[in-house]
Amino acid sequence: MLSCYRVLDLTDDKAFICGRALSDFGAEVIKIEKPGGDASRLKGPFYKDEVDPEKNLTWFAFNSNKKGITLDITTPTGKELFLKLIKTADVVIESYAVGYLESIGLGYKDLSKVNPRIILTSISGFGQEGPYKDYKDPDIVVRALGGLIYTAGYDDRPPLGVSYEHTHYLGAMNGAVGTMIALAQRVHIGQGQHVEGITQQALDIVCSAEIEGPYAFFGEIPKRHGRARAAVTLKDGSTYYNPLLWSCKDGFIALNLLLNPASARNNLSMMEYIKRDGIDIGSFENWDWQTKSWEDMSRGEADKLMEVLGEFFMNHTKDELLALATENRFQLGPCNNAGDVLKYPQLNARNFWKDIEHPELGTSLKYPGGAVVTTQGYVGIKRRAPLIGEHNDEIYKELGLTSVEIQDLKDKKVI
Amino acid sequence: MTKKPFEGVKIVQLCWAGVGIYTLNYLSHYGATTIRVETATRPDPVRLFAPFAPTNKEGEPVGLERSAFFSITHTAPELGISLNFKQPEAIEIFKKLVAWADVVGEGFPTGVMDKLGLDYEGLKQVNPEIIMFRTCGYGHTGPMADQPGFGSILTAVTMMDTITGWPDRPPVPPSTYYTDQLSPMYGSLAIMAALDYKRRTGKGQYIDHAQIEAGLNYMTPLILDYQTNGRELALKGNKCDYAAPHGVYRCKGVDRWVAIAVMNDEEWQIFVKAIGSPEWAKKPEYSTAPGRIADSDELDRRVEEWTANYPPEQVQKLLQKAGVGAGVVANAKDLDEDPQLNHYNFYRELEHPYMDKLRYYHPDPIKLSNAEPDVQRPVLLGEHTDHICTEILGMTQEEVDGLRKKGVFD
Repeated sequence: MLSCYRVLDLTDDKAFICGRALSDFGAEVIKIEKPGGDASRLKGPFYKDEVDPEKNLTWFAFNSNKKGITLDITTPTGKELFLKLIKTADVVIESYAVGYLESIGLGYKDLSKVNPRIILTSISGFGQEGPYKDYKDPDIVVRALGGLIYTAGYDDRPPLGVSYEHTHYLGAMNGAVGTMIALAQRVHIGQGQHVEGITQQALDIVCSAEIEGPYAFFGEIPKRHGRARAAVTLKDGSTYYNPLLWSCKDGFIALNLLLNPASARNNLSMMEYIKRDGIDIGSFENWDWQTKSWEDMSRGEADKLMEVLGEFFMNHTKDELLALATENRFQLGPCNNAGDVLKYPQLNARNFWKDIEHPELGTSLKYPGGAVVTTQGYVGIKRRAPLIGEHNDEIYKELGLTSVEIQDLKDKKVI
Repeated sequence: MTKKPFEGVKIVQLCWAGVGIYTLNYLSHYGATTIRVETATRPDPVRLFAPFAPTNKEGEPVGLERSAFFSITHTAPELGISLNFKQPEAIEIFKKLVAWADVVGEGFPTGVMDKLGLDYEGLKQVNPEIIMFRTCGYGHTGPMADQPGFGSILTAVTMMDTITGWPDRPPVPPSTYYTDQLSPMYGSLAIMAALDYKRRTGKGQYIDHAQIEAGLNYMTPLILDYQTNGRELALKGNKCDYAAPHGVYRCKGVDRWVAIAVMNDEEWQIFVKAIGSPEWAKKPEYSTAPGRIADSDELDRRVEEWTANYPPEQVQKLLQKAGVGAGVVANAKDLDEDPQLNHYNFYRELEHPYMDKLRYYHPDPIKLSNAEPDVQRPVLLGEHTDHICTEILGMTQEEVDGLRKKGVFD
């Protein structure tokens, strides 16, 4: 759908996903690395754990579909070539430290002089202006200031960041959306603009209703409660935290336990399954699910209900509970890991996984398919990520360079 | 005046809950004309989500307009019409809106729209160029197509509930509805790409947005790691495989914490100097990352001995000024007062007829040099029913009054 647009991608691993997402919809995205390869190619994990810039799995994941060229934009010749490319492009994406591009004479104003229709999308932890603009923004730091760490974790231990670094992807994906907004406006106004995708703000959106809501009305500051998130109120007016995540026989599940008339039928049938396991449900034999909710429950009853559910889940595997949930429309789902999603029945029924050839590795790998399915062509991954400088010849010849000139640039380490 | 990015784009939306709303907000903030179709006979469940703004009088019912949850997620300008699809006339009015629109967005499980004859085939008969965006938990085909998709469950099935935790305890959720805020960006891209394509070719399309599939597009490295190395993600608390110290450290005050990440050897030297070059930090092994990582428990203890003397704001300022990543572990109040978010005017305080002044209406996490987002309080249920029927659909007020008596707008 977007094959008429060319995107130059100067991002590092924080924001690879931005250009990747645009490429999923057909945009021609050219990843520009410094000669020898991007530094983030050396951050793990790697294919078969072999530390090799051509075997980096994060690179594979978020640079697929892109073309790859090498170019040192800090040298005069490199800069000149980059500006030639700017004339052919619609969008530049970058995630350098704030002000870096400007400092080497390639800020928005400089690019705009060469091509007024160019859109520059800058992705950063905190934004291109304001008191934090020069702050270092590693994952855990921007996540902390974005409000997502304070409410994650157990109350007897420090709050928790994530074990999978991905926080900047939220800002990067907003950068992709911002780019599309700017392309839409370009149709009206005939010129490009400077777009920002900001991770801290994207995190604050995640916090908005759940964390800012209680503070707005009651000055309450939501805290961390282990596997529970939201509080309910019991009969005695006290607050109770029922778990969102539970242990089962072979892992964990999530349960969205709603005690309201609309969920009465589900809750009743859940109790039937529990009894079939020989579990004594005590006073819940006579509980009126149609009319009663948490506000009608004593603390002892709430504890008993948690005990009964906990025992039931421990009797069953994630697969069994998923089947049960699907059959009965229970608001329950397995906490999948990578092995689980690869065999998840719904995804396989939709042919979600795509086998992508990696000829250099002599194998193919399964990648997530497109984030959407449309009637105007396939959206998603089409080919593996580029090798270092794989498309140098194609792109530089298009700019009018001869093979001799390209070799000369290689010798001078410009490309 | 500069034309807005989506000026002239017309959207009809029947989105429930979070994802569809977040998806379309990007368009409505930037100039699209959006009509929200609802019915009081089966309200959006989010209108019933706590916390609620206090009522004005003792015993007054909370109603459908006081949920902070609903309010804080609906921040874009919308026109509201109430249509009860049990009435055939309501379906007819809806079809007129489809004929008017460029985009129809909806967020029901498979079957709801289909039973009303309002699936893509049905809409195309009314408007062949329509872009129909459908979002649901699991996609509109396959054995789980008709399952309801709550964000708290989708977060689990997309692996996002297995990435936060300690090695010796079960994982915890990173947030309650994480996929609700991560999957919409892909939905917006799809609609914007479809609008761009329609502008150039005149062709509409159908977009099936499965939140599980959009969510998994964030998780690809973990899926590749499992395939090629047989490894599932190991929970590591706040540690990092390639950097130390890296963690969340107790500060002065009650439940006050700071996140610190020393990402390389150069930053380590800066960090040591910034905390006053203590004796313990001079250990030669600490000068390289592998040496620090090997002794990270001891390092964390030492760092916390230092942070415990200061409020987190002070640690953040001191280390960031020196050039090391550090940030307050922000709670609701810290977020409210955060100078950076406030610099970007990220909290818009607006009047609401039922909630008075409320501060947490947000624009998108995007800033454009040529366009300002329009941020508005949420539309009330059916707020513009008459206006839409008479001004947009050209009906007479008499017709509208007649239909109202029949319950078409209930």
